[in-house]
Amino acid sequence: MNVTVLDHFPEPDARVSSSGASVSLRGVTRSFGAHRVLHGIDLDIAPGQVVAIVGRSGCGKSTLLRLIAGLDAPTSGTVSVDGRSEGPRDTVRLMFQEPRLLPWQRVLANVEVGLSHNTDRRQRRRQAEEVLAQVGLTGRERDWPWVLSGGQKQRVALARALASHPRLLALDEPLGALDALTRIEMQDLIERVWRDKGFTAIVVTHDVTEAVALADRILLIEQGRVAMDVDVDLPRPRRRGDAQAAAIEGRILDRLLQRSGDAP
Amino acid sequence: MKRVLPWIVPILLIAAWQAASQFGLLRAQVLPAPTAVAEAAWRLTRSGELWTHVKISTWRALVGFAIGGGIGFVLGMANGLSAMSETLLDSTLQMIRNIPHLALIPLVILWFGIDEEAKIFLVALGVFFPIYVNTLHGVRSVDRQLLEMGRAYGMSERQLFLRVVLPGALPSIFVGLRYALGIMWLTLIVAETIAASSGIGYMAMNAREFMLVDVVVFAILVYAALGKLADSIARVLERVCLAWNPAYAKV
Repeated sequence: MNVTVLDHFPEPDARVSSSGASVSLRGVTRSFGAHRVLHGIDLDIAPGQVVAIVGRSGCGKSTLLRLIAGLDAPTSGTVSVDGRSEGPRDTVRLMFQEPRLLPWQRVLANVEVGLSHNTDRRQRRRQAEEVLAQVGLTGRERDWPWVLSGGQKQRVALARALASHPRLLALDEPLGALDALTRIEMQDLIERVWRDKGFTAIVVTHDVTEAVALADRILLIEQGRVAMDVDVDLPRPRRRGDAQAAAIEGRILDRLLQRSGDAP
Repeated sequence: MKRVLPWIVPILLIAAWQAASQFGLLRAQVLPAPTAVAEAAWRLTRSGELWTHVKISTWRALVGFAIGGGIGFVLGMANGLSAMSETLLDSTLQMIRNIPHLALIPLVILWFGIDEEAKIFLVALGVFFPIYVNTLHGVRSVDRQLLEMGRAYGMSERQLFLRVVLPGALPSIFVGLRYALGIMWLTLIVAETIAASSGIGYMAMNAREFMLVDVVVFAILVYAALGKLADSIARVLERVCLAWNPAYAKV
């Protein structure tokens, strides 16, 4: 069997065990009215990589993520996931900054939202229970969302995103609203499930430390263009406070804060 | 003690009323004693007359409510979901809303006489607006972020409606429902008092002609009881349907 063919038309079962999707952008521009947010972005993301997108507020990083996730269409250029630029992207799942759980559904039903394409009720339930266990929320299936803490809600959102075994997980500042300790726990959790499943992950964040802790590659977006493209070749699991990590973090922060010594 | 406390004032009032009637301070033609009203109630219940009137009144109320509420719900949903539909209909509906529906009574009697249609039409018109306005408001206030999430997670339009829009609009729809129930009884009382040959309102007006003040007072109490019953049912429904909402949850 040809590997390329498999990549283009993944069987449901192949999707479960397969690794991540590849992403490729060619000349992608996005304008809102007269305001151009992204300027002709060319980008290739290898399957199974964790890519962090950092940048100041309003630099276009969230817009870029929404284009990749298929929530938005480019003004010009093409965005393709696994070589396909059209059609529903059911291999892609998105996690938002807010948990966006349905308040009128219990935890388990909220996870099942990620499986709405599956018509078999019992299978849905079993898969949802499995993925809830993976994020450490066994026993909370029957709870209403409002009784959960912020971190627990985000775990449910993560479970919902993972339930359908996506090949690309897009995360839009998913930990932005959490306290420092919960953030570190969530970063570890995301890293653990990523190592387990091998999907491609794209994380938008304004926290450079978080980017260095999670990513294989960091893209710095500035005024709608990729201003920096840094490979983070550090062994996993990464220790916080590592000197090499600090050096990378320093370089990126210098650029973000427009400090001297790192002119483009 | 907390359970007894709210009842003290009503019981004292009734006792005072009874005493005032007993000692001739209140003439029976103005306000008969509570015991006389209770006797009238017993008489009407035993003869089956009460049941006949309650049945017909309830039937009118429910049919009118179903028609007016149903149309209000559908139009509220349509105008909340489709900008096109809203542009087309909303300003017209808002204009009609400014006509007090009870002002139409002379016209309605000309159209329908004093048949059932007249009462049902008035009730339907009365309950339409609270249901319409609150359904529309409910759909509009559904969290956009949840809608976006639903779409991103591949929900069909049907699933989006059933799992996101409808539950999101429900708290507001219940506000409309309870308000509409009040209007429903109010409209019916007026309509039955003015133009009817059966129903509780007719029972009261008929008793007035024969100076049966006890029956008149009792009819008023029946209306109050029916209104309270309808509101209680709505509250139970609200608690069941909105159990997810911390504001209604029993902590």
